[in-house]
Amino acid sequence: MSEADTKAIPNSMQETVWVEEVSFLDRVPRSVSMTFVFAVFLGLWQLSTSLGLVSPIILPTPGETFKDLVFVGKNLLSGDYMLLALWITVKEVIYGFALAIVIGFSLGVLVGETAFGERAIMPYLVAIDTMPKVAFAPLFVAWLGFGIESKVALAAFIATFPIVVGTAAGLHAADENSRMLFKTMGASRMQTLIKMKLPMGLPQMFTGLKIGAVGVMAGAITGEFLGGGKGFGELIRVAASQLNTPRVFSLILYLSLFGLALYALVTWTQRRVVFWHKASFVGNDE
Amino acid sequence: MPLSAAAADASAGNSAPVYELTNVGKTYARNLVIALEDVSVTLHRGSFSSVIGSSGCGKSTLLKIMAGLIPPSTGRVVLQDQPVTGPRRDIGMMFQQATLFPWRTTVENIVLPIEIRDGRAAAVKAKDRAHELLDVVGLKGFEDVYPNELSGGMAQRAAICRMLITEPAVLLLDEPFSALDELSRDMMNMELQRICAEQHATAFLVTHSIAEAVILSDHIYVMKPRPGRLAEVVTVDLPRPRTLDMITTPKFGSLVDYIRGLLDKGEAL
Repeated sequence: MSEADTKAIPNSMQETVWVEEVSFLDRVPRSVSMTFVFAVFLGLWQLSTSLGLVSPIILPTPGETFKDLVFVGKNLLSGDYMLLALWITVKEVIYGFALAIVIGFSLGVLVGETAFGERAIMPYLVAIDTMPKVAFAPLFVAWLGFGIESKVALAAFIATFPIVVGTAAGLHAADENSRMLFKTMGASRMQTLIKMKLPMGLPQMFTGLKIGAVGVMAGAITGEFLGGGKGFGELIRVAASQLNTPRVFSLILYLSLFGLALYALVTWTQRRVVFWHKASFVGNDE
Repeated sequence: MPLSAAAADASAGNSAPVYELTNVGKTYARNLVIALEDVSVTLHRGSFSSVIGSSGCGKSTLLKIMAGLIPPSTGRVVLQDQPVTGPRRDIGMMFQQATLFPWRTTVENIVLPIEIRDGRAAAVKAKDRAHELLDVVGLKGFEDVYPNELSGGMAQRAAICRMLITEPAVLLLDEPFSALDELSRDMMNMELQRICAEQHATAFLVTHSIAEAVILSDHIYVMKPRPGRLAEVVTVDLPRPRTLDMITTPKFGSLVDYIRGLLDKGEAL
């Protein structure tokens, strides 16, 4: 036994303590850091307007914008013309989304489940999907008029493709073992589709739905910009043409609240329906 | 050593064959590969048989033919006096992965074969039987749990129940525990032996493990590759019930050595 050994004993009696290094920024709670970023944004905004870096026509001050936000909010709550305009846009979005879901799901099953669909229909879908779909807006106006139909059509047109792709990808997600198991159980094609492939593909389908939910909003507003009507997009267009920038800002904000609500609805449904697939909610909420 | 196919009948010592394959061959038309050549297998009621061989020896092709998933090119495949011409309800199958569906509870997964064959009402009725089976495999209390809360071994136990619920005449086991760790695997093999004995099951196991084949089987079909054919049918006359202690006995060791010798010879070809 050497001296070194006896010396080592007290050292080994000590508890092993380690301090994990966490950077200061990572320890700040989420609410605080989010507020901080928002405050910086407001500060820069205020600074750029009060220093006269940007013309007030291009960028109103935060104060002006807030005042208009309150005005528009009151108008919406009192059921005035803005609420009617919003209602028209909401209808366009809901009809468009419903139409996109029905068409997208049907085409998705056709493409994902049948060899004919995959060989003969998918190439055309891909070809149409690569086109700038907004460019079809004048056609829809010409075919369906200046009413809400042409906006619904454009909104549905944009939202359909991600739903088709999500559904088809979902149907392809079933693994070899599950297919083999269903075969050994003597399941029919319909049973395999309903009891295995569709539920297994739900996570991908919901991904398609989420992309579609974003697209359907863009479609409805673009439709209103290009095809007139009485919706919220028209209010934005009019406000912009009058150089009423605060109004444009607040209208966009309320519109995005609606978009957010639609997205949240899809996410909420997903959590209910695909409760068993943890990975599909990570990053979506919280 | 009693290692010939002729001695096969002695150990099981009982009734007529349940499953009989006679001179079965399989050639894949696509690339003219001969996957299987002149394979004959006889499974007696209540017996446990294994097939072992290196990859490419055609054992998964053999299993798929036995499961009615693919047709043989030549030969006869007869289960309970009926030629096998597709998936059948008297065949139960289990894979390397438990393949439980995560949106169904354990008991709903187990009655799935009934639901597919006889409809939802029959599946509801079969739940009592499912509960009994869960008890047999030691999963009592996990009926209404979703599969992502089950461990790998528990999931395979549930898969065993799903296979047994239709009371199949033959169990086809495709490396059922090879995804588990070695300790769970040994334990599950002993469980499998117990369950098969209790249910008087006729089982056919595909495995890569010589020790697993020896500890479980009455007969071991040793296969050699290119083209896949039988090298020999080895009879294991270790007493039942088998225990894990037997692994250290000289008899077990010599059986393992003998089979390894056969496999090495097959490899050299």
